Amino acid sequence: MAIEIRPREDQPVVTTRPTTEPASARVPTRAPEQAAAARTTKIEARDLNLYYGSFRAVRDVTMDIPANEITAIIGPSGCGKSTFLRSLNRLHELAHGARMEGRLLIDGVDIYERSVDAVDLRRLVGMVFQRPNPFPTMSIYGNVASGLRLGGGPKPADLDEIVERCLTRAALWDEVKDHLGAPGTSLSGGQQQRLCIARALAVDPEVILMDEPASSLDPIATLRIEELMLELRGSYTIVIVTHNMQQASRVSDQTAFFSMGEDRAGYLVEMGQTTTIFTNPREQLTEDYISGRFG
Amino acid sequence: MSATPGTLAGSRAPFAERLAAVRGSRRRTMDRVMRTVALAAAVVCVIPLAAILLFVVIKGAAALNLDLLTKPPKALGTGGGALNAILGSLQMVALAALVAVPVGVLGGIYVSEFASRRSARAVRFGADVLAGVPSILIGIVAYTLLVLPFKQFNAAAGSVALALIMVPVIVRTTEEMLRLVPRELREAGYALGVPTWRVVLSVVLPAGRTGVLTGVMLAVARAAGETAPLLFTALGSRLVNVGEFGQPMDALPLFIYNGARQPITALNEQAWGAALLLLLFVLGVNVAVRARSWGRRAG
Ligand SMILES: Nc1ncnc2c1ncn2[C@@H]1O[C@H](COP(=O)(O)OP(=O)(O)O)[C@@H](O)[C@H]1O
Ligand SMILES: [Mg+2]
Repeated sequence: MAIEIRPREDQPVVTTRPTTEPASARVPTRAPEQAAAARTTKIEARDLNLYYGSFRAVRDVTMDIPANEITAIIGPSGCGKSTFLRSLNRLHELAHGARMEGRLLIDGVDIYERSVDAVDLRRLVGMVFQRPNPFPTMSIYGNVASGLRLGGGPKPADLDEIVERCLTRAALWDEVKDHLGAPGTSLSGGQQQRLCIARALAVDPEVILMDEPASSLDPIATLRIEELMLELRGSYTIVIVTHNMQQASRVSDQTAFFSMGEDRAGYLVEMGQTTTIFTNPREQLTEDYISGRFG
Repeated sequence: MSATPGTLAGSRAPFAERLAAVRGSRRRTMDRVMRTVALAAAVVCVIPLAAILLFVVIKGAAALNLDLLTKPPKALGTGGGALNAILGSLQMVALAALVAVPVGVLGGIYVSEFASRRSARAVRFGADVLAGVPSILIGIVAYTLLVLPFKQFNAAAGSVALALIMVPVIVRTTEEMLRLVPRELREAGYALGVPTWRVVLSVVLPAGRTGVLTGVMLAVARAAGETAPLLFTALGSRLVNVGEFGQPMDALPLFIYNGARQPITALNEQAWGAALLLLLFVLGVNVAVRARSWGRRAG
């Protein structure tokens, strides 16, 4: 699979730093074309610790998430995958007693710095949730437009166009173009999830977080979501949490394996090229998990 | 009776035998007694409602005519209608709602969306206490603050008293209804970079609007039926008062109260007619609210 890195035309990249320690460097065996690709890092986590009150849910995570690729996070349930993901758009801090330590950089910008507003950040870091959650009081059109309408910025004049573009991008346009005024909740589960993806795309994010986006869907709807992710790959940095290992191996370029310590805190066991993690992991724990021996 | 505890599986009696042994007839008798007693109690609960409905409908229907709806009362028991009370109730309840709905809904929003756990508990407790205060005390407070200083019974004081009765009902139902809105929906809003106040107004409130409206309607029905807070605030009046909130005003409960106390048959009959109107309104609101929630569950 050739890695296509397409710089975003619409938004100049603030700082594009070469990875100080490329994820691929830590992988013992790797495919030659991946070594050749000039990968840039989008998100850097440094000694990240995430707490709920006194309970540490995520411990000392340091990892680099490459730009415009799909990074899968796998691991047993309760090991802090969602918590980690939600720290990337600062949804984590909305929980009672939530706290973080360490550093999280996106394109070199420390997103937990005082000057960064979480509301602004979330426009650039979108999210798709486990259960499709279209706004029930809004139409299909209204759902896609909601981020732009409610976000407080100036309303774009070409909203119709944006809505069409996003629905097309989310592979939903043909199915809904004749009833854009129908409630978003009138769609099937798979369609609702694609609607939620279109809604996330509408505010033009750079990163899209997906927390088990297909776990409530049937196999066919799941497949469509996966196809869609591959479509979006290259234009967006996608981080997906999944407990479906086939899914991780089908869609992702990079895989990060989380596990849980004695203290129930989740930590990153290893991260690397998906093919490597699935065929030749460094850690015994990873191999045990992938071969279904625990988790 | 039954097998001794600790009997090993191998030495148990046959299943059918054990089943017969445990099936105590005494227990079944008790079940039946309990059931009958509970049913009797339930019937006792329903009888008063049926009696009230029957009584008010029969007595009220006889007094119900066009005059009742369109004419003010004439001099002592010589006919006329309850127009003064109908218009008074509408105006005072409307003014009370104008105050209580924004305050109550915003208060509910505060408790459900913004408050820390401690202040949420404090506001909730306050609302529950206020809801439990006998309504005559609320009337006295309004009397002290809004009647005595002006040396004038007035409808505005009545509206304020009614608003005080409505607010806690609205705060509590709003809060409970908003808390039923799934967290995922709020997070969907936040994840799009929508500011909190906008998430509340454009996502949470619309999603919970049916429930909030239910609370408002129940509060309106409750206020419409209150007598005590109006006794020494709006006082009542035999004149039609439209828009003069500085003056006494009548209301259906006051009209009933005053009419029923007089030893004059014609006034008693008018009171029954007004009682039927009030019942229809309150019952109508309640049925409408129930019908909405049934419709929603079915849909
Ligand atoms: N809002 C919260 N408050 C307190 N503890 C939480 C909260 N959310 C998650 N946790 C705890 O944090 C740990 C990690 O949860 P989570 O990130 O959801 O795991 P995963 O997504 O890997 O299944 C779990 O032990 C969970 O109970
Ligand atoms: Mg999770």
